Amino acid sequence: MTDLERHAYDVVVIGAGGAGLRAAIEAHEQGARTAVVCKSLLGKAHTVMAEGGIAAAMGNVYPEDGWKVHFRDTMRGGKMLNHWRMAQLHAQEAPDRVRELEDWGALFDRTPAGLISQRDFGGHRYARLAHVGDRTGLELIRTLQQRTVALGIDVYMECTVTKVIKQQDGSIQGAFGYRRENGRFVLWQAPSVVLATGGIGKSYKVTSNSWEYTGDGHSLALQAGATLVNMEFVQFHPTGMVWPPSVRGILVTESVRGDGGILKNSNGSRFMFDYIPDYFRKETAETEEEADRWYTDKKNNRRPPELLPRDEVARAINSEVKAGRGSPHGGVFLDIASRHDADYIRKRLPSMYHQFKELAEVDITKEPMEVGPTCHYVMGGVEVDPETAAAKVPGLFAAGEVAGGMHGSNRLGGNSLSDLLVFGRRAGLAAAERARATTVPNVADAVLKEAAGEALAPFERDGGENPYTLHAELQTAMNDLVGIIRVAGEMTEALERIEALKVRAKALTVEGQRPYNPGWHLALDLPHMLRVSECIAKAALEREESRGGHTRDDFPGPREEWGALNVICSADGEDVALTRQPLPVMPPDLAEIFEES
Amino acid sequence: MAYEASLRVWRGDDEGGGLEDFLVEVNEGEVVLDIIHRLQATQAPDLAVRWNCKAGKCGSCSAEINGRPRLMCLTRMGTFDEEEVITITPLRAFPVIRDLVTDVWFNYEKAQSIPPFTPRERDEDGNHRMQQVDVERSQEFRKCIECFLCQDTCHVVRDHEENKPSFAGPRFLMRIAELDMHPLDTLDRRRAAQDDFGLGMCNITKCCTEVCPEGIKITDNALIPMKERVVDRKYVPKTWLGRTIGRRKD
Repeated sequence: MTDLERHAYDVVVIGAGGAGLRAAIEAHEQGARTAVVCKSLLGKAHTVMAEGGIAAAMGNVYPEDGWKVHFRDTMRGGKMLNHWRMAQLHAQEAPDRVRELEDWGALFDRTPAGLISQRDFGGHRYARLAHVGDRTGLELIRTLQQRTVALGIDVYMECTVTKVIKQQDGSIQGAFGYRRENGRFVLWQAPSVVLATGGIGKSYKVTSNSWEYTGDGHSLALQAGATLVNMEFVQFHPTGMVWPPSVRGILVTESVRGDGGILKNSNGSRFMFDYIPDYFRKETAETEEEADRWYTDKKNNRRPPELLPRDEVARAINSEVKAGRGSPHGGVFLDIASRHDADYIRKRLPSMYHQFKELAEVDITKEPMEVGPTCHYVMGGVEVDPETAAAKVPGLFAAGEVAGGMHGSNRLGGNSLSDLLVFGRRAGLAAAERARATTVPNVADAVLKEAAGEALAPFERDGGENPYTLHAELQTAMNDLVGIIRVAGEMTEALERIEALKVRAKALTVEGQRPYNPGWHLALDLPHMLRVSECIAKAALEREESRGGHTRDDFPGPREEWGALNVICSADGEDVALTRQPLPVMPPDLAEIFEES
Repeated sequence: MAYEASLRVWRGDDEGGGLEDFLVEVNEGEVVLDIIHRLQATQAPDLAVRWNCKAGKCGSCSAEINGRPRLMCLTRMGTFDEEEVITITPLRAFPVIRDLVTDVWFNYEKAQSIPPFTPRERDEDGNHRMQQVDVERSQEFRKCIECFLCQDTCHVVRDHEENKPSFAGPRFLMRIAELDMHPLDTLDRRRAAQDDFGLGMCNITKCCTEVCPEGIKITDNALIPMKERVVDRKYVPKTWLGRTIGRRKD
C-alpha cells in the first residue's frame, strides 16, 4: 500500500490517559521502543476530569491504615465480585505509585508534617485519597505527560486505531488506524499492544464522559478474540449536574460530600438516613448529630450515609426523585453552603466553585447545587491476568478502565486513578518483556488493504443516514432502557433497537473529505458503541439479581448463586455470546480479613 | 425560550477559506460549543472542531469568539443579545488545519525544549517533605489546562511569526517559573529563561492573564517574579561588583 505510513515498535500503547502513559513510561524504562497513539492532543485525555484523588493506604493521616484495610474496602465496595488478586495488588502497590509521581514533579496537597495529605471518600474506612484540591486528575495527567516528554517517548496525537492486527497464529502483529488531521492511514507494527482506551459512557445520553469514551478498546479486544468480564456493571455517579440541560451529566466531585456536603430532598430532609442498607449499617451513622461529629472525630463516630458507596447513593437519589421529592430540575439538593464558610469552600473545591459559577450561574458558597445520577464509569472490561494485565490474545494487554475485574460490581471513588497507575505499570512491564522475546513479520498488503477498505466504506455509500442521528438514538435507548434501574422487558427492547441500529449503521453515509472530518470519525466510532452496548444489555439481562452497579426491578437484592459467577462476553461473528464462569476463589489468609469485620 | 442565533463561522483549510453564515437553534443555558455541535448534527456534518470534556477542564475547544480568545464550552450564549451576529474563528496565532482546528505543534515543541524537572533525593524513609505554603506557588501554575489562549493572545507572537523560535510564550515561561519555584527542583533555570526562552521579550501587558480561563495570575505571579529572579542572578551585588571590578582590571 502506498497511501500508508509504516512504523515498527516493540510496544504500542493505545490511549494517553493515566493508564496508557504509565504503561508507556514503564515499557520505555524497560528498554522497549515504545509508541503512544491517542485520539486527542496529549494531555487532554479523560483522566483530567478526575477530581477527588488517588486512593492509596499510605497512612499519612491515619497510621492505622494499611493495604489490608484498603483491600477490604475495595472488595466490600465491589460486593465481593472483584478479582481478589487484582484488588490485592492494587492495595499493596498504590502507595509506591503515588510516591513516584512526586519524583516526576507532581505537587500534592500536604499534611502539617509535610507529607502527602489524604482526604475522605465514600466507602473508604480512613482518609486515604492523595489529592490536589479537586483537580487531581489534571495533576496526574500533566505529571505523566511531562515525564513522557522528558523520556522522549514517541506520541502519535490525534490518531484513531480502527483495527488490531493479528498474525496467522493468532498473536498480535500491530495496530492499524488513521490520522484525524488528514485521514491518512498508519500502521504501527509491534508484538505487544496495550489497550488503555478508557470507557464507554458515550453510549448513554446523560454521562460525565467525553467524546473519546466510545468503547474502542472493549470492542477492538472482542474483535481480536479476547473476552470481556462484568459488562453489566455500569457506575452511575450519584452527583452529576442536572441544570441547565446542556451541562446535564457533568460531574460534581464526591469530595463535596467528603468535605461535609449533605444531600437533601425538596422537604429539606437528609434522606440518605432512610437508605442505609444492612450490609453497611454497622459502619454508618444513625443520626445527623453523629454524622456531623464524624468529620472532626472519626474514631468515636461512624460515617455519614452520604458517604456510602456510589451505587447506594445513586439509587437513593433516583428513588427520591421518582417519589416526587426532587429539586425543580429533577435532581436533589447537594448543600455545602450551609456547612462551611465561603473561603473554605473556594479553597477546598475551587473547580466546583468555578464550574457552577460559569456553567450554571450558581454560587455554591451561597446556595445548594442540584444534582442527579450520571453515567460515569464501566466496571466491566477486558478479562486480564492480574499479574501481567494480559488479555486472552497473546501480545494484547489492557489496563485502566478498559480492563475488567478489579472493581467487581461497583468501584469506590479514588480507586480509578490508583488502578490505572498500578495496572498501567504492570501492563507496560509485561508488554516490554514479551516484546524482548518476540519478533513479528511484516503485515501483508492484503490485510492492510482490507483494513483501509473497511474504514473508507462510509464514503463509498450514498443515500444512507447521518451518523449523528444513529448515535442519538443509541444514547436514548441505553439511557432509558439499560440505565440505573433495569427490567427484563426494557432490556429486551433495547437489544431489538440495537439490532436495528446495527443494520442501519452498515448503510450510513458521510459527507465531505478525509481531513479532520468529525462525521467520518463518528461513523467509525459507532460500531464500537453498538458492540459495547450489546454486551452491556445482554450481560445485564443474564444476571438475574441486583448487585452494585446493576439493579434489577424484577430481581431485587443479591442472590448467593450469582455471587460466585462472572458473565463473560465474547464475539460470535457480528454478535455477542455469553458464558457463565466461576469467580476465582480467594485464598484463606485473605478471606480471614472479612471474617474479622 | 428557544431562538435562532446568527452564527458566522470560519470554514476552510491551509489553502484558504472564509466566513459562512448559519442560523442555529439555541436553548436555555447553552454554550457556544453546544451550538457548534448542533450545527454539525444538523447542517454541517464535516465541520471540524476540537473538544473533549465540555466542562472547562481540558482546554481543547479554544477559538476566537467575536475576536476574543475563549473556550467555547465556557462561553454562554446568554452573554450575547439574541439579535447579535456571533463570529467564531480559529486561533489566529497558529496555522489552520481545517475550520476551527489549528496546528498547535509550536506549543508541544516548546514543552519538549524545557529542561525536565530534576528533583533532589527523597528523605531516608522514602518520602518527600514539603510545606503546603511552599507547594502552593507552583500549584497555581499547575492549574493550567493548556488551552493555549495565552499563547494565542500574546502580542510577541500573535502577528510575529519571526519571534516564535526565540520566545516560548506565557504558558511555557510560566512552566519555567513553576519549576523554578518547585520545592524539589534542583536546577537553576534563570539563565535559560532569559537566553533560551525569551523572558526578556515579555513586556508585562497582562493580556495572557486576562484571557486565562483558569484565572491564573500569569503575569503577576509567574512572569514578573521570574524576571526579578533573573535580575537577581545577574546583579547580585557581590557578583556584580566582582564582575565590574574584574572587567576594569582587564
